[in-house]
Amino acid sequence: MSVHSETKTAKRENGKFGEFGGRYVPELLVPVLEELEEAFYHYQDDPEFHQEFEYYLKDFVGRPSPLYYAERLTKKLGGAKIYLKREDLNHMGAHKINNTLGQVLLARRMGKEKIIAETGAGQHGVATATVAAMFGMDCEIFMGAEDVKRQALNVFRMRLLGARVNEITRGTKTLTDAVDAAIQHWVENSEDTFYLLGSAVGPHPYPVMVREFQSVIGRETREQILDAEGRLPDYLLACVGGGSNAIGLFHPFLDDEEVEMIGVEAAGLGLDTDKHAATFSRGCPGIIHGYKSYVLQDENGQITPVHSISAGLDYPGVGPEHSFLKASGRASYESATDQEAVEAFKLLSEIEGIIPALESSHALAYLPELASKLDQDKIIIVNLSGRGDKDVYTVAEEMGTDLK
Amino acid sequence: MSRISSTFESLKRKNKTAFIPFLMAGDPNYDLSLEIIKTVDRSGADLLEIGLPYSAPLADGPTIQKSSRRALDSGFQPRQVFELVEDIRRESHTPLIIMSYINLIHKFGMENFITRCRQSGVDGIIVPDLPPEEGEELKNISSQIDLIWLLSSNSPASRIDRVTRAAEGFIYAVSTPGITGSREKISLEIKNTISKIKEIREIPVCVGFGVSRPEQVKSLAEFADGVIVGSAIIEVIERAVNYPAGDIEDAETEEKLPVSINQQNLLDQLEKFIRNLTEPL
Ligand SMILES: Cc1ncc(COP(=O)(O)O)c(C=O)c1O
Repeated sequence: MSVHSETKTAKRENGKFGEFGGRYVPELLVPVLEELEEAFYHYQDDPEFHQEFEYYLKDFVGRPSPLYYAERLTKKLGGAKIYLKREDLNHMGAHKINNTLGQVLLARRMGKEKIIAETGAGQHGVATATVAAMFGMDCEIFMGAEDVKRQALNVFRMRLLGARVNEITRGTKTLTDAVDAAIQHWVENSEDTFYLLGSAVGPHPYPVMVREFQSVIGRETREQILDAEGRLPDYLLACVGGGSNAIGLFHPFLDDEEVEMIGVEAAGLGLDTDKHAATFSRGCPGIIHGYKSYVLQDENGQITPVHSISAGLDYPGVGPEHSFLKASGRASYESATDQEAVEAFKLLSEIEGIIPALESSHALAYLPELASKLDQDKIIIVNLSGRGDKDVYTVAEEMGTDLK
Repeated sequence: MSRISSTFESLKRKNKTAFIPFLMAGDPNYDLSLEIIKTVDRSGADLLEIGLPYSAPLADGPTIQKSSRRALDSGFQPRQVFELVEDIRRESHTPLIIMSYINLIHKFGMENFITRCRQSGVDGIIVPDLPPEEGEELKNISSQIDLIWLLSSNSPASRIDRVTRAAEGFIYAVSTPGITGSREKISLEIKNTISKIKEIREIPVCVGFGVSRPEQVKSLAEFADGVIVGSAIIEVIERAVNYPAGDIEDAETEEKLPVSINQQNLLDQLEKFIRNLTEPL
């Protein structure tokens, strides 16, 4: 049986990907998640739902996003041909909106009036506030105080879009604490509130649902590369925080054994420091935020603080389907440091005229190692998950430039 | 029959409602938490619920989060709870239940965890982020230890049925949809859930989450077999430990523990608080 069909059949039963995934949540949330699961599977098979989803993807988000041949980057690295899947060109500048759009359409059909979401970089918060504004729904975003500081621009955008930003001041004041706070708020308000989770993580059905909404990336990519090259790529490359842009790109290719998949996680200041978010490189299986997966934890099982220059990768867990793909050997996972990501950020800006998100820069950072070793007839597709405008302050600071 | 079940039997014969205090192991440190638990036990506990401090307590409100943080900051780690239980067991036979998030048990190794529970004298475990659907493995290896499941006022009939039939020791009924923490008002909606449970099977049902006052204890005692109180007791400890009024992050910037907690004073206050709470029972 192929990996693909195995996950497809597994998901219908209990949301397990091999030993990973599941639903490790307080009793109160079980009926709420069951209701959501029911609704999701119902509308997944509903042609009207799909029509509406596709309509907004096209006319509101601007899909399909181009698959761009990065000619100068290819030359510079001197190896495999490099294509960029331009999710940075989506409305609001990241892949996040594919998922928020899908979930908000579901929320409306379920009769929920309020949307809540967690956010790290603020990208998911903005993407959520965007669709909430578009449908006139009440929206509250949970964001760690540390991230609020790092991502002032996105906080302002969310407020402009009419969302309330709830600053979380507990724990490490980052994404993981924002998730805790959002889940807790949901427990108390599930009656009228829809929790719009931003990555392929969390209890079932979220990892499946987010993957399905993000898979539009991989489906388009497949068609586009067949058009351009008449064949499938040799490598898919994507950054991995929770893993939604990566699984969205990978999933439609799982059955194509000739396509290798590589996820790149954040090595922060280095894998041998305690300041990184390299869940696969340094974590082990555990349970976090309602699902079983690789988790960064200490020898006692306490979740350890994480660090990455990019707030969107600054998370101690990883989507359960990625843990399954790693365990089965179908995908492999590498890491890039803050510094390597900044270098890639600068490189792509300089030679392609594209300023990438720091998250996406982690995927780009693995290119020199991969591309230059490969022959020129090989093809690599990198998921350019977002644009980097939000990160220019961070990078300027890193380069010693004072913008204020 | 388990020690938990026989305790409920004997309370029932006396027509009494169980009082179950919840305390965090290691808060504010090993030694004082041992004294606190012993004092609370002597002051009127019928069963004891002891939590393992965890870095990401999903079902807990600010009071218990901070309690966890204090325990961890003092250097206490979950595995020390077994030593703590052994120390408690030197003078007490009160049924004792451990509350632990699943990741701690997973990291420990389930078999290992259960073995240590048995050896140290633990009678039951509550895992707040492990619904029965995910709990098969733990259930299969935990003979002699009661696995306590939770139900709430939003649990549909099919879940009530399933959980009630599988239940061991007692059922933990969550008073109000939400997280732990003292509440002004407790909804009595949970009463319906309890009647449904009792139609299926005669098993003790204890109500927790938010209970903080004698009046609440009194009204719950009219239909519940036990009342669980956590945050309200821990607030007494929090005040004594005397962190600034603010949030955890304020606490973290302050020195770890004030040099002198007036230990005897704290234990006296706890005793008084518990006696006052259990007065109506
Ligand atoms: C542009 C961008 N890429 C990637 C990520 C990481 O998320 P995921 O791993 O779910 O794709 C984020 C998260 O905020 C992001 O904003």
